[in-house]
Amino acid sequence: MTEPLRRPKRKNPILRTRLPVVPPWTRSRVALGMTAAAARGSFELQRCSECGRIQYPPREMCSGCLSVDLSWSPVDRTGELISETELNHSHDLFFRERLPWRLGLVKLACGPTVVTHLHGDVPEPPCTVRVDARLDRAGRGVLIAFPDKEAPNMADDKQLREMTCDPKFRKVLITDGKSAVGQAMVRAVADAGASLIWVGHAEPWKQPPGFSELESIPEVTLVPLDLTDARAVREAGGSLGGRVDILINTAEAHRTHGVASRYGTDVARLEMDVNYFGLLRLAQEFGPAMQFRGADGQNSAVAWVNILSVFALSNFPPHGTYSASKAAAFSLTQCMRAEFKPNAIRVVNVFPGPVDDEWNQLIPPPKLAPERLAADVVAALKDGVEDVYPGAVAREWFSRYREDPKVLERELCE
Amino acid sequence: MSSDLLAQFAASIAGGGLTVVDLTQTLDPDFPQISLPPEMGQCWPFRIEEVSHYDDRGPGWYWNNISCGEHTGTHFDAPIHWISGRNLPNNATDTIPVEHMIAPACVLDCSEQSREDPDFLLTVNFILEWEAEHGRIPAGAWVLMRTDWSKITDPAAFQNFDEEGQHTPGPDPDAVRLLVDERDVLGFGSEAIGTDAGQGQHLNPPYPCHYYMHGAGKYGLQCLANLDLLPPTGSVILAAPLKIRRGSGSPLRVLALVPAGN
Repeated sequence: MTEPLRRPKRKNPILRTRLPVVPPWTRSRVALGMTAAAARGSFELQRCSECGRIQYPPREMCSGCLSVDLSWSPVDRTGELISETELNHSHDLFFRERLPWRLGLVKLACGPTVVTHLHGDVPEPPCTVRVDARLDRAGRGVLIAFPDKEAPNMADDKQLREMTCDPKFRKVLITDGKSAVGQAMVRAVADAGASLIWVGHAEPWKQPPGFSELESIPEVTLVPLDLTDARAVREAGGSLGGRVDILINTAEAHRTHGVASRYGTDVARLEMDVNYFGLLRLAQEFGPAMQFRGADGQNSAVAWVNILSVFALSNFPPHGTYSASKAAAFSLTQCMRAEFKPNAIRVVNVFPGPVDDEWNQLIPPPKLAPERLAADVVAALKDGVEDVYPGAVAREWFSRYREDPKVLERELCE
Repeated sequence: MSSDLLAQFAASIAGGGLTVVDLTQTLDPDFPQISLPPEMGQCWPFRIEEVSHYDDRGPGWYWNNISCGEHTGTHFDAPIHWISGRNLPNNATDTIPVEHMIAPACVLDCSEQSREDPDFLLTVNFILEWEAEHGRIPAGAWVLMRTDWSKITDPAAFQNFDEEGQHTPGPDPDAVRLLVDERDVLGFGSEAIGTDAGQGQHLNPPYPCHYYMHGAGKYGLQCLANLDLLPPTGSVILAAPLKIRRGSGSPLRVLALVPAGN
């Protein structure tokens, strides 16, 4: 049984903070299919469209019939652990610092035999296991085998925690706690066991309903933070940047205009200033300090969450300038991923459909409840997922986007 | 007028015979700006971003880019700001006569009343009582309403919003009409965010100070500070807005010249 995680001691200030190292991340183009699926929280392997064979490791063609008609498909996760290896020596810096490390050979029910990381609760072979894909600290898709039965504290397993971003005992900054989503996010992170929650708020003279009640949550500290104010972001970064383990950027400006319904650029500028430049300011002020702490003990800096919008993928004309600002932000997060990767900070993007809040008043249901969105963010952190599409609308749009972005564009124009 | 007068003026400033009082709030991102319902167009708050700081972006120099609205911080309102003044001649920041930028001031101390009631309205009676003590308000003078509101440093308390809106002092409609129609003042200045009271939209007409003052070609000054350092009469105000083409107002440095011993 996994030893439950204990609240970490305070940092010993006479010891050097070790620099983050990550597992080697180079993968062939074809193998990135597994990474892409794992990033969405899905375990997919190559399936041959001609003979139906499921193969691993990924290849350019079917190892059974030589067909090149292969697609990535979700597969049955059950398998039989054939053998186990405990790694006690490695020249790779990442594994060297984490030895011993359990690896196993699993014969999957769907066909191939795969090498996996082994959760600590998996018993000696032979035994039945459940295999799943996860992203490792370098953001690369890897396989891990779990015991077929749930056990207590499984999330606290040492090897699994190298693939997840669990908020438990971590220090979290939520950049805006005033919105409905921000408030729900604060509660969800508190329920998930965060040890400290800094809650940003702008324009102190505005007191939206519910906001003052956040202060009664013992872990919460309110901090002034207006993403449009470069000096305020710098100040917050200077005072908190070296302590934040998980940053959740909930701050957003959302108005409901396209090109024609609002003359001028003031609304579009506000949206860009918060949604795009605000993110850039945050990334510049918090990014370096967080990356420096990518290996800072049990509860290192681990994740950066962006609440984007499914409108970032394809413009929703009634909220056209908002969509554009979210598309800009989405593009920037891809840059952040590349820059944060060597330092083990996961950039998690959340693409909700319309949230049931003030600015989506005229959008017909189904709308995503802020609490549902917040719960999905916490689940994504616990599972180590990188791209989150919470709610039915977001999932539907995303699947249509994957099928043909042009078709989706036309549908949204009507 | 002889050149001696200006020499005497310069000597008085250098020698302390005239004190220069800064009536300006510091332009700072934390300083609150006017806040309209969120669906409306908004005045930008003051923002500042470094261009370089003796670094790779500019190795030997430090400078910033700033942004703000015409009505951010301590600022000037030109008549064109309000619909009632839109068709007046010389109604914008680039065309108002420069002579108006230097003018005497009458300071009406409403600080006690404002402390007791943030919705305090300056009335005709208040003005008449003030005049009984200090003399008639002369034509072409600024009327400055001292409330000590500028001493509130907490932005939330400065804005003083509740669910019914803002609560800050200002003049009532009859008082404004007296100042405009019968005293022909140059303009009206206040310490809170607007020349009108926080609840001014519920007066008749809404925002009477903006409506009547600008409708008659008068000016506004808001977010003033240090009015407590001015005498009731006898000071001179220097208030020169930026020369923005067809500008409705501008942030500015407002100075008062005060004879020493006041």
